[in-house]
Parts: sequence; structure tokens; C-alpha cells
Amino acid sequence: MKKNTKKNIMSLIALVLFLGFLTIADRIFDSYQMRIINLAGIYVTLGLGLNLINGFTGLFSLGHAGFMAVGAYTSAILTMSPELKQMNFFLKPIAPIFANVEWPFFPALLMAGLMAAIAGALIGAPVLRLNDDYLAIATLGFGEIIRIIFTNTQTLTNGALGLKGLPNFTNVYWSWGTAVVMVIVMVLLIKSSYGRAFKAIRENEIAAEAMGVSLFKHKMMSFVLGSFMAGVGGALLGHLMGTIDPLMFRFLMTFNIVLIVVLGGIGSITGTVISAVVVTVMLEVLRFLDGSMDFGFIQIEGIPGMRMVVFSALLMIVILFYQRGLMGTNEFRWEWVTNPKETITTAWKNRKA
Amino acid sequence: MSIQTFMQHMVNGISLGSLYALLAIGYTMVYGILRLINFAHGDIFMIGTYIAFYSMTAFFLPWWAAFALALVLTALFGIIVERLAYRPLRNSPRISIMISAIGASFLIQNLGIVLFGGRPKAFPIDPIFAKIFKFGGVSVVSIQLIIPVVTLIFLAMLVYIVNNTKTGMAMRAVSKDYEAARLMGIDVDVIITFTFGVGSFLAALGGVLWGLKYPQLIPLMGMMPGLKCFIAAVVGGIGSIKGAVVGGFILGLGEILIVALLPSLTGFRDAFAFVLLIVILLVKPSGLMGKTTTEKV
Amino acid sequence: MTVLKTDNITMRFGGLTAVSEFNLDMKEGEIVGLIGPNGAGKTTCFNMITGVYKPTEGGIECMGVDITGMKPHEITKLGIARTFQNIRLFKDLSVLDNVMVAGHMRLDSNMFSSIIRTPDYVRKENAMYEKSMKLLKEVGLEKEADEVSTSLPYGKQRRLEIARALATEPKILLLDEPAAGMNPQESIELMDFIHDVRDKFKVSILMIEHHMQVIMGVCERIYVLDYGVTIAQGNPREIQNNQKVIEAYLGVDE
Repeated sequence: MKKNTKKNIMSLIALVLFLGFLTIADRIFDSYQMRIINLAGIYVTLGLGLNLINGFTGLFSLGHAGFMAVGAYTSAILTMSPELKQMNFFLKPIAPIFANVEWPFFPALLMAGLMAAIAGALIGAPVLRLNDDYLAIATLGFGEIIRIIFTNTQTLTNGALGLKGLPNFTNVYWSWGTAVVMVIVMVLLIKSSYGRAFKAIRENEIAAEAMGVSLFKHKMMSFVLGSFMAGVGGALLGHLMGTIDPLMFRFLMTFNIVLIVVLGGIGSITGTVISAVVVTVMLEVLRFLDGSMDFGFIQIEGIPGMRMVVFSALLMIVILFYQRGLMGTNEFRWEWVTNPKETITTAWKNRKA
Repeated sequence: MSIQTFMQHMVNGISLGSLYALLAIGYTMVYGILRLINFAHGDIFMIGTYIAFYSMTAFFLPWWAAFALALVLTALFGIIVERLAYRPLRNSPRISIMISAIGASFLIQNLGIVLFGGRPKAFPIDPIFAKIFKFGGVSVVSIQLIIPVVTLIFLAMLVYIVNNTKTGMAMRAVSKDYEAARLMGIDVDVIITFTFGVGSFLAALGGVLWGLKYPQLIPLMGMMPGLKCFIAAVVGGIGSIKGAVVGGFILGLGEILIVALLPSLTGFRDAFAFVLLIVILLVKPSGLMGKTTTEKV
Repeated sequence: MTVLKTDNITMRFGGLTAVSEFNLDMKEGEIVGLIGPNGAGKTTCFNMITGVYKPTEGGIECMGVDITGMKPHEITKLGIARTFQNIRLFKDLSVLDNVMVAGHMRLDSNMFSSIIRTPDYVRKENAMYEKSMKLLKEVGLEKEADEVSTSLPYGKQRRLEIARALATEPKILLLDEPAAGMNPQESIELMDFIHDVRDKFKVSILMIEHHMQVIMGVCERIYVLDYGVTIAQGNPREIQNNQKVIEAYLGVDE
């Protein structure tokens, strides 16, 4: 138990240092850079939610964007002031029950997650007993259905116009604070008996069931928790961007998160965290591919769409050659820091594996 | 609604249904053999349309040459996609190949945006396709007659190939039992290549016909039809060509009739396919014409 | 006392009758064998008993409870555990984790307490850890506890599957070809092992096997299936001398 306490202390120190970094970052980085930092944190939460469902439990769900939408809209409607709502819903007024609600951020955030979780339960119940491919298409379908519904319910979501002027609650502490909490929850969950049950379902569903694991119950647990995380992430995203509309939550959004999870390693929490940061930064950095580059002496015309070509190609390369992604199913261990020599020699010995 | 308006909608529904059927066949054949949802199929359809477009507008080919070229080149394109994105992952976990399919789809879409530009292009329509006939009070554009007829012709050819040729028999064998077919000396790789070729050929056919009926082209035009047509294949019974056709028509007619009979639900038109999917997966997952199979434990 | 009883269970897949009117009566502490040529329907019987298939006709009773049509995980909870013909280990999980998964259903906890690590949960998980390690010791796998399960040689993988099944605290253990791929020496060790398991864990064992030596040496009673039909039933000597059995097998003896 002594080794564990030492590890826990190191984790705590790392956490405190990280918090310190965030506070400093808040002061020295400009708003554009802060936006990227916030975005990275939000994508950690989103990536972890998807990884729980897809990576750890082996359920190929492609509906993540739909649950994000549920969360984003829930939080938006709950936190926008009545005046703001009136301004937005100029085509058709908002449904009366929501007209005068104005909640503080934290309860709205929780509600966002809760609503998304409920959506997850409703959708999961019929859909989770389907096999791989059908599950993928069914969840994709539901994600789209949610988006189409939101586009067409003028009095609830303001339809295609979307909502503007969402209060900018999301700051580093919210985005990364949530990310840290989610990481802790995931680590504790995966190392627990339930985590093992999820992984058993992923590895061999039939054997898992034969060993007493109720497939439906556990798949639902994973799916609902993952949806909760998607809802929270969606809400954080909404309050970072300031505007949301149904088009934000189409399949492309899910694809981006799938990309993050695959690159980092399906089934690795560490991988998702690293990948979320890298991909978010890259997505911003590579924006220049879409626009023109001014090197002073030459100007290279950018080509719109090039950025996504690069990312799709990247995904293809990873899946074709480095299927296991950056981390595979490995996780960060403090031994890497305390005993780097052994880590490197073992990794070198196992490199063929 | 008058009988004429209803007939008008039916004609519309039948052409749309034919287009969906053409696309759905490609999905069902590939899934039948590889158990793979070829997410990129809708984008292959898009490529077919654009090849025809550029052949006519940039190379000034007559429409029949452009269409023929599109059919052949797209078939080749589909084969290349299989070779690059799917074949290497034949023995990998299913999730990998599915991700590859999604990745391929997005790659093709975005390449489309880069190469063709995101702004809609107008598909040139030869006057032969725009003739208007009047039957009773119903006006029908020639393309709306051509689509179902062409679809039926090619369908008949496909059914003939599948049921009456050695290759067709090999295809059926591979989709029933991959390993056994291989042990019987069937070159599975060739059959798979052929399947992708035929599927992409039909997708291109659907593409050019689509361009004639809905002449606004954008690089993302394949996404929704692609998704819907996979759903059509599932509804009809995945793996069954007849099922794909049935599914395509149900979807096409259903979509048109919903908009016609319940105009307030027009915005939900695309959702119809997804709702249909959910219903079918819950009630009869093997599809209308499919058979339930049990997995050996 | 009868622990497992099947009443004329029949399994039909479309036009094919895989198993026809199978009647099993297992008493407490027995080691019963189920043999027959390939395709005779033996694993199908297992699948019906464990809930993977619902019998087209007939009923199954386990310790007085009607389990016909129950889901596999419910049946496991009642006390029937199994191994698989083609080993179904949790590939990416360690040897220990494979066994601990089987203890999950008896943990009697919920997801929230497991995340928050309530003292109650921690206590239960530690107990499960001890139990699992003890089980691994019984099968001689405690040294490989942290290795990935697929890194084990074939024979040890089979032992792991048995340990995992035992971790569900079963009263009845169904073994599907436990001796498959074993050499004569390993088969003899397996025979002793099965006896030990029955005695130490107080389970009744139903076994599918093709290794005649193992079956005859270990089973007290044997059922013989051929094309889904029960063609013989009795003790090892009776079965060995049964003409119908000999014909069905064409004299297979390993």
C-alpha cells in the first residue's frame, strides 16, 4: 500500500501544478490562445465519453454529436436571460415554460448532462442489443434525428437560426476542471469491477454473459454515462462559442471526436487526453491550409477543405498502419517518470509486439 | 388531394425510389460479402456525378460518352478504394475497418471540396431528358420515365449475372460462407473486386441519373443519399439484392408521400429514413426479405 | 438429489433438428459425460442449458427452478457455469482480470460506489481479489496473474477458463472439450484435476469430450448423442460395449 500512497501523492502534486499552470495561462495567453486551451479541455471530456462507450465497452456508437446537442441546447435555454431569449426567438416565441427560466451555470451544466443521459437511456434501450454495424448506423441515425428535430422545433430550439449570445461561462477552470474530474472518474471506473465488466463485454460478449455479466444492464450503464459526458461537453462548448445551431452537431462533429479517440488509442484514457490536446491544437494550426498564407515574399493561396483532407488522411494512415493509435490500450504510469531507464528498455524490447 | 396530384407524387416517388435502389444495391452487395458498411459508397456516387459533369463541361463530351466514362471510371475508383482502405484491414477487428470506411468517406468528400469547390454546380441536361409529356392531368418529365426504365434494365442484367453466371454463383457463395468459398477454390479477392466494381458502377449510374433529376451538385451530395440507401438496404434485408430494391422504393415513395400528405412535416423528410430504420431494427432486424441467422457459440 | 434436469428438450434451427428430445438427470456431485461424433448436438445441449438458445421444445430445471428461456447471465447467477469449445478468454485482459470478471456479479455493489470507492465496495473488491488469487493458485496459474491472458500456452489457457468458470461460484460446471489439444500426459493430469475440482469446490460436472480415455476414466455416467438423438446412456463399461455407440463412432479411441 505504500507504493500506492506515493503514487497518489505524486498525482496530487501534478494536479496542483496543473492548476497553477492554468491560472498563469489565464493571465499570459491572449483570448485566441485561451479559446484553444479551453477547446482542448472540452474535447478531453468529449473524447473520454466516446472512449468509454466505444473503446472500453466496444459499442460502436456514432451518435455522440446528438447527445452533445441535447446538452448544449438544454444549458443554453436554462441559462439565457428572458430578454436574451426574446431577442433570439423573434420568429416564434419560445415555449412559455422556458421563457422566464434563468439558472446559474453549474445546475444548468448538470441538467445538460442529465438530459443527455436520459436521451442516451431512451435511445440505448432499443438500440444496444443490435450488433456492431447496425448499432453504428442506428446511433448515427438517432444523432441525425435529434439534429433534424432541433432544426424543426422553432419554439424550443429556434430551429435553424440557432441561439446566439450564450453567456460565456466557460473558462479554463470549467473546461479543464471538468476534464480533470472526468479523467479521475474514468480512471476509477476502469480500474473497478465495472470497468473490467465493460472490457469483458468488449473482448468477448458471449463469454462475459456466460460469466454472469448482464449485457444489457452494463451496456446501458456505459452508454448512459458516456452520453452524460457528451451532454456536459456539449454545454461547455456552447458556452465557449457563444452560439449554437443544429449544423454544429452533425456527423462531422462525431467524426472529429472519433478521430481523437482513434489517434490516441481506443481504450486508453491517457491517449485520449493527449490526442484531444494535439488534435485541437493541430486543427487550429492547420487552419492556414484553408486560407491563404502570407510569407511576406510569397503568398500561397490556401484551398478550403484542405485542412479536413489532411485530417481524414491522417485518420486513414493511423487506422491502416498504427491501428492501436498512440497509446494502444496503455495508460500513463508514474513508473515512467520515476524509473525511465526500465521503461525505455522494456518498450524497446516489446517494440515488435 | 386530386388524383392527378397524387399520380404526380407517385411518379416522383418512383424515380426517387429507383435512384435509391441503384445505390442501395451497392451497399447490400458489399455488406453481404464483407460484412462491411461501405460508408464511402455515397461519396463514390458523388464522384460518378462529378466525372460526368466535368466530362461534359470541361472536355465537351456528348452526354452519352460522358455518362459511359463516368460509369467505367467510377467502377475503377470503387475498386481502388477497396484495395487501399479495406483490403489491408481484412483481418483486423471490425471497428478498424468501420473507422477506415468513415475516414475514406470523409477523405473523398473533402477532396471533393478541394478539387471541385464547395459551390453548387449545374449539371448540364440534354433536352432529351427535359421533354414533358402529359398523361391526363399529369405532366411527366422524360427523365422521370427514363430513370425507372434504366434502373429496371440494369437490375435485370444484374440479376441475370448473379443467378446465371459462374461469377454470380461465386458471389453468392462468398456472401454465404467466405471461408468455405475460399476452400472451394474461389478467388475471393477477385470476387470482392468485382463486387465493388459492379456496386460502384451502379452508384455512378444512380449519380448521373440523379444529376439529371436534381441538377445541383455539391461535394457533400452523397452523404445523405448514401446514409439513406444503406438504410434502404437494411430495411429490405441486408445482403439481398431484391431487398435493396424493395427498400429503395419504400424509402423513395415514403419520403415523397410524407411531404405530399403531411406538408407540415417537410422539414422532417430526412428523418423518415432514420425512423424507418429504427422501426425495422426493432421489429425485424433481418429486414423485410432477409433471413435470420444464428451465430455459432 | 437432482441438480439439473432436462425434460425432452429439442432444438430446431429452421428445418434442421440439432437436438431431439434430450433427457438429462444429474445428481449432486456426479461427473457426467456427454459424447458423440462431431455435429451430434452436444454443444447445442450446453447452449440450451446455459440459456444461449431457447429450446424449441421442452424444459430445463436447475435445483428445482425452471430455467427454460432464462438469459445466460441469470442462469449463471443461479449456479451453472461453463467453458467453451473454442476458448473464449478476454484477450486483452490479464489472467487475474479474466477471473475477477467472473466474480463481478456476486459483488453486490453499484457503479457509483465503485467509482467513489466506498469502504464497503473496497472491502468487497479486496475479498474478490483474494478469492481470485486463491483460485489461480488452485489451477497453478498464480505466477502468471498479471500476464495478458493470450500470452499463456494453450493448456494453461484452458485451465484459466476453468478457473474463471469456478469464480462464478457454480453448483454445476459444464466443461466443453476440456482436453482438446492435450497430450496423453496432460490428459491424465486433467483427469485428476477434474476429480479435485469436484471434491474441492463441491460442484457437479457435465463434460463434453472426444478423448475417450478421459471420459471413461473420469465420468460416472455417460450420455451418447448421434445426430441429436440420444442413442445410449449408462456407465463407462456399458457404453464401451454398446454396439450402437461403436457404430456411431466407427471405433474412435484416443
